[in-house]
Amino acid sequence: MSALIEIERLSKRFGAFVAVDEVSFQVAKGEVLGFLGPNGAGKTTTMRMLAGFMAPSSGTARICGHDVQESPVEAKRNLGYLPEGAPTYPEMTVEGFLTFCARVRGYDARRAARRVADAIALTQLEGVRLQPVETLSKGFKRRVGLAQALLHDPPVLVLDEPTDGLDPNQKHEVRELIRRMAPQKAIVISTHILEEVSAICTRAIIIARGKIVADDTPAGLAARGPTMDAVFRSLTLAAAA
Amino acid sequence: MSGLLAVFRREFAAYFATPVATVFIVIFLALSGTLTFTLGQFFARGSADLMPFFQFIPWLFLFLVPAITMRLWAEERRLGTIELLLTLPLAQWQAVAGKFLAAWAFCAVALALTFPLVVTVNLLGDPDNGVIAAGYLGCLLVAGAYLAIGAAISALTKNQVIAFVLAVAVCFLFAASGSGIVVEFLSRNLPALSEAARAISVTERLNGFVRGVVSLSDLVFFASFIGVWLFANTLAVEHRKAD
Repeated sequence: MSALIEIERLSKRFGAFVAVDEVSFQVAKGEVLGFLGPNGAGKTTTMRMLAGFMAPSSGTARICGHDVQESPVEAKRNLGYLPEGAPTYPEMTVEGFLTFCARVRGYDARRAARRVADAIALTQLEGVRLQPVETLSKGFKRRVGLAQALLHDPPVLVLDEPTDGLDPNQKHEVRELIRRMAPQKAIVISTHILEEVSAICTRAIIIARGKIVADDTPAGLAARGPTMDAVFRSLTLAAAA
Repeated sequence: MSGLLAVFRREFAAYFATPVATVFIVIFLALSGTLTFTLGQFFARGSADLMPFFQFIPWLFLFLVPAITMRLWAEERRLGTIELLLTLPLAQWQAVAGKFLAAWAFCAVALALTFPLVVTVNLLGDPDNGVIAAGYLGCLLVAGAYLAIGAAISALTKNQVIAFVLAVAVCFLFAASGSGIVVEFLSRNLPALSEAARAISVTERLNGFVRGVVSLSDLVFFASFIGVWLFANTLAVEHRKAD
């Protein structure tokens, strides 16, 4: 079966600065790809291009075979995307916000209500269903963003730091959720937390200065040095030098 | 279309979820009423029509409409929700049109709440309600024109103050270009431009409606005016979405 996410020689330049430099990779169904790298390495920029929010300077990104630039609506229909920082409309209630997302995705009122109820149950938001998002803690806001990404049960999930700001219990829950969904989907998550990669990812890509410096299984990466931390440091610092 | 409708409903509800709606409507009603009865000499004129009300509308909207539009895109940019909105499966023009129509519907609500004026003239005299309806239609179209300008400018910045000030300035151009001072100045110095200035003036166009004349050319003017600015809005969103 062909890959659900296909990225080919994707580049993004801001003036003279090259944020992402000819990045290529594919993610197939059942894979959970950990996207690692120091701050400013180009993780978020790559994910934004994959989600169709940022136009690449060159190269292509395809989701389920749909080019995100040429047929953006079809590509986005197959994508669940959690943007960096999990932005939401602060004055809306959790349920109102998710219902809005469901309606934009074309569900009629009855099916939207069912989708929203499912997403709320999956991300354990029942207790805050009718609260405005602005009154929620950081961990809850992140889960609202996650619920929005899962709402339509998409074949492709792109999650930018899904566990940032969560407490250890919530992190565990989100990782369990990702693990449960993994067999049916192609998932990309970006993270700073190396243990998370060993915990849930089937594959890890390390990016530094816009270039891929490693593409391996977590076990393969860990085997390259004494610890995962040491491997990460030597790979990313070598690229910076 | 479901995308457009969902955006419209969310935006329209957002006005009423915050104090924006109350503040805007109260200030609009207070100012339009005050201007009509004082400067407009509603009673002293001894004529049963809404001329004094309609003549202040473009100048009142000049400040109030950009106050609505300044947040349309600038706030999405500041909150980062623009990334969410534009990665949902809807075409950019649907987001642009949904936001614009919601703001327009909100202005229509504010205008509709001036109905006591219509009741008043009908109690005091025997006005031509067709002329009044045409006047209201004209006011709504002026609001639409200003909204389209303000929305496009809001898409260019994440700073709401900049969006407001620029929108007022550009709206002022289209409000003032038909005024006596400008037309006289131009006809004396640049006669070629004086006709053009009158032609692009929204206040000049409104005068026709206020007299009860709904002409096709005026309707086409407003439709294409709004269309051009919404097109610019879509381009601005498209090209600056990630900045």
